[in-house]
Amino acid sequence: MPAPWQEILKKIDNYRWEIPQSYKPGMAVPGLIFASESMLSHIWEEQVFQQVANVAFLPGIVDHSLAMPDIHWGYGFPIGGVAATRVRDGVVSPGGVGFDINCGVRLLRTNLTEAEVRPRIEEVIADLFINIPSGLGSTGKIRVSEKELDEVLVKGSRWAVEKGYGKVEDIVVTEETGCMKGANPGKVSSKAKKRGIPQLGTLGSGNHFLEIELIDEIYDREAATAMGIANVGQVLVLIHTGSRGFGHQVCSDYVALLGGVARKYGINLPDRQLACAPVQSPEGQDYLTAMACAANYAWANRQCITHWVRDSFVKVFGRSQRELGLEQVYDVAHNIAKIEEHTVDGKKLTVCVHRKGATRAFPPGHPDIPDVYRGIGQPVLIPGDMGRCSYIALGTELAMKESFGSTCHGAGRLQSRAAAKRSLRGVDVARTLTERGITVKTGSMGSLAEEASEAYKDVNEVVDVTHKAGISRKVIRAVPIGVIKG
Amino acid sequence: MERDFEILDHTADVGIIAYGADISRAFANAARALFSLITELDDVEEILHRDIELTAPDEESLLVAWLNQLIYLFDTENIIFKRFDVTRLNNTQLKARSYGEKVYSSKHRLKTGVKAATYHMLKVDKDNGCRVQVLFDI
Repeated sequence: MPAPWQEILKKIDNYRWEIPQSYKPGMAVPGLIFASESMLSHIWEEQVFQQVANVAFLPGIVDHSLAMPDIHWGYGFPIGGVAATRVRDGVVSPGGVGFDINCGVRLLRTNLTEAEVRPRIEEVIADLFINIPSGLGSTGKIRVSEKELDEVLVKGSRWAVEKGYGKVEDIVVTEETGCMKGANPGKVSSKAKKRGIPQLGTLGSGNHFLEIELIDEIYDREAATAMGIANVGQVLVLIHTGSRGFGHQVCSDYVALLGGVARKYGINLPDRQLACAPVQSPEGQDYLTAMACAANYAWANRQCITHWVRDSFVKVFGRSQRELGLEQVYDVAHNIAKIEEHTVDGKKLTVCVHRKGATRAFPPGHPDIPDVYRGIGQPVLIPGDMGRCSYIALGTELAMKESFGSTCHGAGRLQSRAAAKRSLRGVDVARTLTERGITVKTGSMGSLAEEASEAYKDVNEVVDVTHKAGISRKVIRAVPIGVIKG
Repeated sequence: MERDFEILDHTADVGIIAYGADISRAFANAARALFSLITELDDVEEILHRDIELTAPDEESLLVAWLNQLIYLFDTENIIFKRFDVTRLNNTQLKARSYGEKVYSSKHRLKTGVKAATYHMLKVDKDNGCRVQVLFDI
């Protein structure tokens, strides 16, 4: 018997599957899923096709409603979804960015080797755990007034560097140089600010983490060298967090606001969480400026955490930052909307690219990537689950042509949190990780079970699809040896 | 005995279905369901209260606004609520008093962080008693 999805999906090639526009009346464009055949049955079970199809209803959407191979069921937009809408007459949707605005990843490299770090891993993780506030309800060590928060919202990473957290070199290798333009704190509710003030400089909980990793494989030595990475066994640090309660509140506020004006703009959508407004409308512009504030909050947040990571390493290893080579490789956003130039049907077009659980993947030579990576393409940071591995990939020309310069963002969930907790206990997960040489520290054992490897797709398979489809190319694989789970 | 609420499985997030003889009860039980995700309600005492008054365009939006207001209070004032008196509820207005206490790490084991209530799969069903459904982003 044919699989149920075979009646709906049109196979383009081994890694591309189209949802025809005729699948649901009201779709303005077809859907396109990047996946291997073996991934499709799970994608089908989750009915995530429906969400890809629903996104295709957004007014002004162009080309395709796209899904990356780590796609899973979200609310409104699927997680792993990319949609570009015309700026001229299309819409912007806060649900297409998500609650954790600019949830993203920052990668630091070190000169340290496995032989130097492994014997002291418990010590390093313990110090990081004290130094970097994490977990539910944690508050930061940074105290800002509401007035100073406004500066954070406008300046992003630069605010943190001016306060002594990290250095200018970090900013250069951050998407948007860690500061999205057009941020106006006046368009952010006082509720969002109240949530944001105590949480600045915190890792948070859920899927957020800090990981110490070893390079396991190098696929492209030249590109790795350009990123300051020379050898297998070299130690990296990966930071995964976002805009905390500040971003959550901005999203909640604007989903409610935009949901209320849909009728005014004649917008009719199959899911209320897709609430949107024309990019050019006052409400759409207000959302974009508030979103930029949240994106900047997240960059400032990761910038502060970077500083404390360096602090802890200097303290534990008794060497200077320079000796440790603790330099930032790159920082990417996984949940964001950006106004970008793309070529659609042979014509240059200004679009609003929504990346919801997807990573920008610009090719070599693109003016928006830092000089140091201009020759190789933009680094794409793809964390897997805490038991498997993570990847560093690079953006490609094909991504520009086919996915609005976007690729996957992680492994993608396979199991619900409740199912993971039913089948696994946090203590067992911790023991399994320890047996595999991974030291874990967490504020919540329940959260550890929810984030176990078994709950995620295999990131190797996800990255393989994006690599073979050509929307990013893998350069480095790294495996964890120490994890802090919020 | 009829259940007050149940938890729904969802790959990335968590949903709840809450029941009540009337819509006020169902809204109160939805709030209980929310805080049961965050901590064990048996460990929470009724030491303080907060009054909430909200307006929204319709009942479904009101449910989202109600739960988001409680998430906001948890985030900013660190209050866990366990009992809710919804004293007024019509299509566009809600008035309620919520009872609970501040989080103490030695007393309350925090389980799951909840970012927000979403409009996805949102339902308010008033046939044969009341049943409401919400999906949270966690």
